[in-house]
Amino acid sequence: MDIFGRLTIESLPFYSAIAASGAAVTVLGALSVAAVITYFGAWRLVVFQWLSSVDHKKIGIMYIMLALVMLVRGFVDAAMMRSQQAIALNSDGYLPPGHFDQIFSSHGTIMIFFMAMPFLSGLINLIMPQQIGSRDVAFPFMNAVSLWLSTAGAALVLISLVIGKFSTAGWTGYPPYSGLEFTPGVGVDYWIWAVLISGFGSTMTGINFLVTIIKCRAPGMTMFRMPLFTWTVFITSVLIIFAFPALTVACAMLALDRTLGMHFFTNGMGGNMMNYINLFWLWGHPEVYILILPAFGVFSEVVAVFSQKRLFGYISLVLATMAIGLLSFTVWLHHFFTMGSSARVNSFFGTMTTIIAVPTGVKVFDWLLTMYRGRIVFKPPLLFTIGFLVTFVIGGLSGVLLALPPIDYLMHNTTFLIAHFHNMIIPGVLFGYLAGYMFWFPKAFGFKLNEKWGTRAFWCWIVGFYVAFMPLYVLGLLGMPRRMEHYEIAAWQPHLIVAAFGAFIILLGMICLGVQLWVSIRDRKEALDLTGDPWNGRSLEWATSSPAAPYNFAVLPKVECRDAWWDMKQRGVAYQRPEKYEDIVMPKNTFAGAVIGAAGFAFGFAMIWWIWWLALLSLAVIGAAIIVRASNDDDEFVMPASEVKAIEDARFAQLAKAPKNAMEGEPGFAGQPAPEPAA
Amino acid sequence: MTVKNARALRWQSCASTILAAAAAAVLCGGCSVLDGPVLSPSGPISLAQRDLLFKAVAIMMIVIVPVFVMAAIFTRRYRGTNRKARYTPNFDFYWPLEIIVWGVPAAIIVWLSLHLWHYTYQLDPYKEIDPSVKPLQVQAIAQDWKWLFVYPEQNIAVVNELAMPVNTPVSIAITSDTAMNSLVIPALGGQIYAMAGMQTRLNLLADKTGTFWGRNVQYSGRGFADQQFRTLAQPPADFDAWVEKVKQSRKALDATAYDALAKPSQKVPVTYFSGVEPGLFDKIIAKYSHGDSDRAPHHVNAGTTD
Amino acid sequence: MSSAATMSVSTRDTERYEEKDFGFWLYLMSDAVIFACLFATYLVMVGNAAGGPVPKDVFSLNRAAAETALLLLSSTTFGIAAVSLWAGDRSKVLLWLAITFLLGAGFIALEFSEFSGMIAKGAGPDRSGFLSAFFTLVGTHGLHVSVGLVWILVMIGQVFAKGLTAPVASRLMRLGLFWHFLDIIWVVIFSVVYLPGLL
Repeated sequence: MDIFGRLTIESLPFYSAIAASGAAVTVLGALSVAAVITYFGAWRLVVFQWLSSVDHKKIGIMYIMLALVMLVRGFVDAAMMRSQQAIALNSDGYLPPGHFDQIFSSHGTIMIFFMAMPFLSGLINLIMPQQIGSRDVAFPFMNAVSLWLSTAGAALVLISLVIGKFSTAGWTGYPPYSGLEFTPGVGVDYWIWAVLISGFGSTMTGINFLVTIIKCRAPGMTMFRMPLFTWTVFITSVLIIFAFPALTVACAMLALDRTLGMHFFTNGMGGNMMNYINLFWLWGHPEVYILILPAFGVFSEVVAVFSQKRLFGYISLVLATMAIGLLSFTVWLHHFFTMGSSARVNSFFGTMTTIIAVPTGVKVFDWLLTMYRGRIVFKPPLLFTIGFLVTFVIGGLSGVLLALPPIDYLMHNTTFLIAHFHNMIIPGVLFGYLAGYMFWFPKAFGFKLNEKWGTRAFWCWIVGFYVAFMPLYVLGLLGMPRRMEHYEIAAWQPHLIVAAFGAFIILLGMICLGVQLWVSIRDRKEALDLTGDPWNGRSLEWATSSPAAPYNFAVLPKVECRDAWWDMKQRGVAYQRPEKYEDIVMPKNTFAGAVIGAAGFAFGFAMIWWIWWLALLSLAVIGAAIIVRASNDDDEFVMPASEVKAIEDARFAQLAKAPKNAMEGEPGFAGQPAPEPAA
Repeated sequence: MTVKNARALRWQSCASTILAAAAAAVLCGGCSVLDGPVLSPSGPISLAQRDLLFKAVAIMMIVIVPVFVMAAIFTRRYRGTNRKARYTPNFDFYWPLEIIVWGVPAAIIVWLSLHLWHYTYQLDPYKEIDPSVKPLQVQAIAQDWKWLFVYPEQNIAVVNELAMPVNTPVSIAITSDTAMNSLVIPALGGQIYAMAGMQTRLNLLADKTGTFWGRNVQYSGRGFADQQFRTLAQPPADFDAWVEKVKQSRKALDATAYDALAKPSQKVPVTYFSGVEPGLFDKIIAKYSHGDSDRAPHHVNAGTTD
Repeated sequence: MSSAATMSVSTRDTERYEEKDFGFWLYLMSDAVIFACLFATYLVMVGNAAGGPVPKDVFSLNRAAAETALLLLSSTTFGIAAVSLWAGDRSKVLLWLAITFLLGAGFIALEFSEFSGMIAKGAGPDRSGFLSAFFTLVGTHGLHVSVGLVWILVMIGQVFAKGLTAPVASRLMRLGLFWHFLDIIWVVIFSVVYLPGLL
């Protein structure tokens, strides 16, 4: 047996110029990151302040950095597909089938697992503990493990560009095609292990968030006083905990088929491919809501803050979120009405699916009614919200159409389906995350993002979205299947050229986002957030300084109603100093999380290439790290009251320099919160 | 201040701009889509599917149009710079609005669900289209990367061409001798998965003569893009002539010929076989099912002869 | 949920243990879903013998009964260890943990002999869909028990080195949850896999 398993020198991508350049970009990207860190002499900082950190805010920032990097990679895939299809009428275009297939597989895998999931975990990590008035998540160390396992999964996808090939079986990895019989290489194994390893991280994240929300809320923060973002995180965490096991089982069985020659999903020998598809979507459909509910949470926060008005229909929104969470487990079969189930089964799942449109519609109307009789300030996060509201209902329309089995028989597997779910995921999920990114950026870094470039990014994204995806609806009605490397029907091409142009406009949107970040860092002194409350906010994350102190709150806030921070400002008890500060117990930094992540990466790599000694070794390292960590009773330290006082003194000195309200002077500012008149 | 107002106005019109962009994008494909197979169907099944599509879109406009209107009006009227608009910062609940917000979508969904059940039963691909007429039996076998159609009653087989007499129901039994495939003929209806070791079924009818394309739409590997076939809906006399033509073929589909055919191949031209190995379709299924208990997604008695 | 700044260290620790217990319960629920998916898969595939052995050919009621007895007994002995923990009797905790370990190890040994016997007879997991599902379901449980055994060893070490401190006691209680959970899963395996296969 070979010491390197299946890994040989032929695994390097010198067989094609495009593959080699993809590999080169990946390697150069990694090298340039290292170069930048070296240039700034920041290795010590990176290693000791970030790599070993268990602070939820730093972990959140690292998640979002990972998500943005993967967003770029996923977008490159998308742009390659769009340009290939724009030219591939009766020609092979510039991508051969084997390469095109890898690209659509990695695009979906990256966008769902390594862009959306980290982005979501990042925003939640950054904000949720502050929103409920907590000092950290319940399990800071486990939080770090989750981050590094997600990173390990993402690293596996990235390295598949350099060593070997990625899966050609799509992001859903349907067997039997994804089995050894039809795809014998390492591609599907890369997909399986990237998904499995990051999936463990996601499950732990879900548990962590749920315990945090149930157990770590500030005094007075009852469930029905929680901000809506926290509510959506709550439901999303429940969905993660109950849905991800199905994915784990499906992927693990596929791995057993491929590695040990078992017959779960093979064509013959008693395999049953339908079981995979059921398990996959038993996870897959809740996953859609796992992604979108926190985005709904962001929209709820943003629309209230920038309408300078209370969120309309709070209870309705909470109930709608719960209903969506519950229903999300009852609709998975609508992903395969065409498998040949009976009319009764299809009708049931079709009906359950259309029912989800009700709570979703309620949400849309409640957000609109929040703007009604408000004083709307048009900042980039709100622009993304409005763009979402208008665009999302179109996706909802096409979603209900696809929920009708007779229509799905025709539209399934066509670009109509592609247009539909991008219509949900780009305006619904990505716009939500980008709104959250621009909304909470000052909380993370202490200065605001440039609004001009944020607005430009918004316009490019929204216009680009329409131009890129409306043609796909049309193409679906013309019968064009998804995943076509080339085609012979001339009527399709004009639409594909328009769609490619849309992708180009989205590229401009990506560039605007990059420029926004660059310009904002360059001009940060002009947009400092001195108060910690740059938007005249309503929930408790705006009560901390920007960036928040390691402990978030020197004194835990006492909550008396919804919109706790707004209420404190109204009652005139915001920014109060306690008589004296107390010691605060904080979790110690540890490298165990990064070690487990690195070993997880090595384990995945070993399982992909059948390097059994390395698999055993990395499992042993993980086991040892867990045992050592679990036997350590000394994982916290006490930050003395004097140090807390010093940090808080500095904060209040900064507050004294700040204008009374950061929104003062903005066009449309409705004024400071004043004490309410008696009813 | 005026500059700021002007800028603010631009934001407020964002909803309408978005709508304009949407309209433009839809329009640019408007004409050709009407001639597309989905919106100009050639059979009663696809026609009913299209009607349901139109009905569902129409009923949902009850919700969607108000969203567009409210978004446009609210963002314009309640812009922060418009000090004349009413401002009620604590308005967060109003019973009648809640009832409308839950009630109207719920009512639409009830209406839609009733239609959903009706149409799903009516258009069930397993359902015989006209029980009084004996359908033409066809067996479709997905291979890498082509379709093999066996006509058991005529004892012929064809690669990548599916002929049928017009106005006669066709009952297609489907299986796969490779990865999962999905059979669709957009002008007539579909689609249903083809899975090895299992049989699924699709009942279709063409009520117009013509040549339509059909294909596999479930990604199945490098030859996927070219895995398509021609569907010929012909007057009965022409169909009989077509059968005779196929029967003239000197090739027969015995076991050896089948094994050679089943090997992966791309862009396979239309090929005719006179004479088919008896029970070929069932043998292909048995190759994977090993006599285990029934594995197909579900079974109906109607429309099957096997 | 009183203010952490004003509470004594011990209340804070109690809250930390409650959080960990709750988190562990959530993990168990998530794990239960994993087993639910494996059970469902087994039930879907139990008929897919592909011409190979069927349940009757490969299961032994005696061995399954012995495995059940060992595991149920180990749950009882763990219960006694927990009672000793509350009594603060360190040596008894060590003794009963060791007995639990031996019973669990006996279970794993039986399972190992069952698996290797089946593989030797040509009834390995690569023979048919039914056997893949069987080995994976029962093997996943066995893997959990093995992890539990390592955990028992670690806890024996901790009790030995640190005594029955609050963190150690808290970990022991979670180990107990885990161990009893595996017992319940086994009872379901016995009733869903072995009994119908043999009756």
